[in-house]
Amino acid sequence: MRHSDLKTALTDRAARWFIGILFGAVALVVLLNQLIPADSGLHVSSYTVTLLGKYLCYALLAMALDLVWGYCGILSLGHGAFFALGGYAMGMYLMRQIGDRGVYGNPVLPDFMVFLNWQELPWYWLGSHSFLFTMVLIALVPGLLAFVFGWLAFRSRVTGVYLSIITQALTYALMLAFFRNELGFGGNNGLTDFKDILGFSLREDSTRVALLIATAIALALAFVLCRYITGSRMGRVVMAVRDGESRARFLGYRTEHYKLWIFTLSAVLAGIAGALYVPQVGIINPGEFSPLNSIELVVWVAVGGRATLYGAVIGAILVNYGKTVFTGIMPEAWLFALGGLFVAVTLFLPRGLVGLADNVRQRLRKSDGNNSNGTANDDQPEAPHEPA
Amino acid sequence: MLRVFALALALLCLTSVAQAESPATEPTTDIEEVLQQLRSRSFDDKAAAIDALAHSGHPRADALLKALQDRRLLLDRANDRIVLGERADGGWQLHDPLSEADLGTVESRAAAPITINNRLRRQIENLQAVVGLNNPDATLRRAAAISLIGTKDPDLLAALRERRAREDNTSVAAAIDTTLNTAALYSEDSDLNARLNAIEALSGSLEPTVRNALRSRLDSDAPSERKAVETALKRIDARTARYQTADTLFFGLSLGSVLLLAAIGLAITFGVMGVINMAHGELIMLGAYTTFVVQQIFPQGHEWSLLVAIPAAFLISGFVGVLIERFVIRYLYGRPLETLLATFGISLILQQAVRVIFSPLNRSVVTPEWMSGAWQINPVFSLTFNRLYIIAFALTVFLGLLLVLKKTRLGLQVRAVSQNRQTARGLGIRSDRINALTFGLGSGIAGVAGVALAQLTNVGPNLGQAYIIDSFMVVVFGGVGNLWGTLTAAFSLGIANKLLEPVSGAVLAKIFVLVFIILFIQRKPRGLFPQRGRAAEE
Repeated sequence: MRHSDLKTALTDRAARWFIGILFGAVALVVLLNQLIPADSGLHVSSYTVTLLGKYLCYALLAMALDLVWGYCGILSLGHGAFFALGGYAMGMYLMRQIGDRGVYGNPVLPDFMVFLNWQELPWYWLGSHSFLFTMVLIALVPGLLAFVFGWLAFRSRVTGVYLSIITQALTYALMLAFFRNELGFGGNNGLTDFKDILGFSLREDSTRVALLIATAIALALAFVLCRYITGSRMGRVVMAVRDGESRARFLGYRTEHYKLWIFTLSAVLAGIAGALYVPQVGIINPGEFSPLNSIELVVWVAVGGRATLYGAVIGAILVNYGKTVFTGIMPEAWLFALGGLFVAVTLFLPRGLVGLADNVRQRLRKSDGNNSNGTANDDQPEAPHEPA
Repeated sequence: MLRVFALALALLCLTSVAQAESPATEPTTDIEEVLQQLRSRSFDDKAAAIDALAHSGHPRADALLKALQDRRLLLDRANDRIVLGERADGGWQLHDPLSEADLGTVESRAAAPITINNRLRRQIENLQAVVGLNNPDATLRRAAAISLIGTKDPDLLAALRERRAREDNTSVAAAIDTTLNTAALYSEDSDLNARLNAIEALSGSLEPTVRNALRSRLDSDAPSERKAVETALKRIDARTARYQTADTLFFGLSLGSVLLLAAIGLAITFGVMGVINMAHGELIMLGAYTTFVVQQIFPQGHEWSLLVAIPAAFLISGFVGVLIERFVIRYLYGRPLETLLATFGISLILQQAVRVIFSPLNRSVVTPEWMSGAWQINPVFSLTFNRLYIIAFALTVFLGLLLVLKKTRLGLQVRAVSQNRQTARGLGIRSDRINALTFGLGSGIAGVAGVALAQLTNVGPNLGQAYIIDSFMVVVFGGVGNLWGTLTAAFSLGIANKLLEPVSGAVLAKIFVLVFIILFIQRKPRGLFPQRGRAAEE
C-alpha cells in the first residue's frame, strides 16, 4: 500500500486511529480538568495536564528519532541536543518575557546576565523578544546544526556505529559548552523562572491546557507529515538506503542527499518538541544535552517498535509513565528497570511492542486460515550482516 | 667572625658526637635549665636560650626549635614549666618536651605559646641552616645551601664560605656557589668585576630568588653590568620556558596514558571484535571499586594492597565481561546498534548496583607512600611519582596486551576470528569460546585501568561515564582494530588537551578536541590508521 498524497496520509486507517485516540485522550483530560470541580473524584489535576503535555513532547521527540532511525537506519545518539536547542530558543523568548519582574528588575537583561555584570545583550539574544522570530529560531537552529553536521558526515560516508558515536560526542560537547557561564545561556542553572508566554501567565490552568492542546496538534501534524513522507516516493528511497545503502547508490540515487534531508527534518521536529516542552516544565538547563537523555530516547523508540511512528509514540508514553511511577514508589529501582528494559527489548523484542502485537495478530489470523496483507510496518530494518 | 667559626665547629662536633656526652667538653648544658630560660619575657634572654639550645647537642634540640618556630612550645601556667602542646578541641593536648609523654589536656587559657619575634625567628632559621649545611647527608646539605639563597647575613655567608672550602660534593658545591654569587650581587662593597663574574655564573640558574636578585641589578650604574644582567635574565627565561613546555608535555603524557588505559580494553572489544560495549566505563568502575574493597580487607596493607588489587580487578571485571558476552552479546553479533543499546542497559544496571551496594557517595582510595611525592628535577620542573607510575603502568599493560595478541596461541585465534569468523571456524577454532575469552580479556584490562584511575580520581558510580566518550574517541581516532593507532591517538589527544588548556581553559580545550575529532572523522572515517583489506570493508 502506498500513500502517495496527503489525503491518503490523513484518512488512512492508522492515521485515523492515531489522531482519534490522541485527541480523544486530550479532550477527556481537558474536560475533566476544566469542567469537573476540584473536589470531585473525577477531577484531573493540572499536574496531570502538564504531565500529559510533557509525555506528548517526548512522543514528538521519539517520532523524530523514529524517522531517522526506523526509516533511514541512522541511529542518532545526539537527538537530545536538537531537542535542547529548540528548548533553549523557546527559553530565551520566555526569559525576555519576564521583563523587569526578575530579581534584579532589569527590563532588558535576564537575571543571570546582570549577575555576570554584563552591560548589554549578546548579539545572539537580539530578536528573542519576538515570538515570531523565536518560532523561526526553534526550527532554524536545530535544523541548521543537523544540516551542517549531516552534510559533513554523510558526504564522507560516516555510517553505523561511527555516526552514533560522533553524534554522542556532539551532544556531549554541546553539554560542556552550555555549562559555561560565558556562553550566555545561564550556565549550570540554565533558563528558568519563566512568568508568561504571549502574555498568558504560565501558572494559569488555562495556559497549561492550551499548551497541552498545542502539543497534541503539533504531534498530530508531525504524524501526518511523517506518514506522508514515508509513504511518498522519497520515503521509499530513504527505506532503500536503510536496507542497502550501497545498492541504492549503485541504482543512481544520491543517498547522502536523502539522508541529509531526513536527518535535518527530524532535527527540526525534535527542536519543536523541545520548544513545547520548556514552557510546560518551566526550565531548560544543560542537563538536557547529557548523552544519557539521548540514549534513553532511543529506548523509547525501541520499546514501542521502530519504523511505525505510532510505535515511537506508544513507547515514549509508556516508558515515561513507568518512569514517573517508579521514581515515585522506589527511586532506586528505576535505573535497574530501565537497564533491564534496554537488554530485554533488544534481546526479546527486536520490533518492540508493535511488533509483538503484529505477531499475535498474525498468529490469530493464521488460525482463521486468512492470510494477512502486510502492513507498512513489517519491513523490519535488518542491519547488514558482517563478520563481527 | 670568630663566633661563627666557633658555632659551626661546635655544631659539627655536637651533631656527630651529640649522644656521646663526653665529659671532656664543657659541662653539658642542662636542657631543663635552658628551657626554663625560655620563660623569660626578655627577647635577649630567649635569644641566649635558643643559642644554648642549638648548641646543647641534645637529641631533642632540633625538634624543640621547630616547635618553638611553629608556636607549639607552650608555657604551662599551672606548673610553670615548658611543655609541647597541640590544639585539641578548644584546649591543649600537652606532651613532655623531652620524653613526649602524654601530659593530658588542659583548657585553652591554662597554657600559652612562647612568643618569638622576627629576630628570633631568623635566628632559629639561621641556626637550622647552619646545622643543615654540615649535615653528613649531601642531599640535605644541598637543600640547606639552596634555602639560604638570597641571604645577606654575614654570619651565614661566612659559614657558607667555610663549608665551601671543605665541600667535596660537586652538586653541593655548585649550590653553595649559587648562594654566594647571589649574595655578591646584593653586597654594596663588592667591585664590578666580581659582580660581573657572579652574574655570569648565575645566568643559568632557575631559582626564583636568583632571578629576583638579578632583577635588582637592572638599575645598576654600570652599563656593562646592566647588559650582563639582561642577557642572564633572557637565558633564565628561555630555560624556564623550555622546562614549562616539558612540564605541559609530561601532563599531556600522563593524561594520554590515562586515556590509553581506559581505551585499550575498548580497542579489544570494539576494535578486534566489533562489539560496541557501552558498559566499558562501568567495567573500569568495577576495577576501581575492587581497589577500594581490597584496601578495606587489608587495612594495614596500603603499601602492597595494589599488588593484590590489580589481579583481583582483572579477574572480577573479566568475569563480569564474560557473563555479559555469554548472556547478552552472543545473541547480538552482527547487529552493532542493538549491542550498543543492550550494553548501555547493562551499564545502567551496574551503576545502580554500585550505588545500592556502596552508596552513591564517592569513596576514596589511599595512595601508597611510594606513589606520593615528586621527583624535583629543578625549581621549575618536577615529575610527580603517581603520574610517572601511571605512564609506566599504561605502557606495560599495552605491551603485555600486544604480546598476548601477537605471540600467544590465544592471540592468534583471536585475530583469526576477528578477520574471518567462518574460515577460522573451518580451521577448527571454537569461535564461541574465543569470543567469550576476548571479551573477558578486554573487560579485565578495563578493570586494571580502574585500579590505576582509583589512584588519580575519586571512586564513584559515575567514574565510568566520565571516561566512556573519551575512550570511544581514542579508539575511533586511532583507527578501529589497530592497537598502535590507539596508543598514538591516546597520547596525541592527551598532549593536545594539555597544550590547549593554558590557552583556552580546561572545558573549552575538551570541546575543541571533541570538535576536532568529529571533523577528523569526516575527513578520515576510518581513523588515523585504517584497517586495510577485505576485513575493513564492512
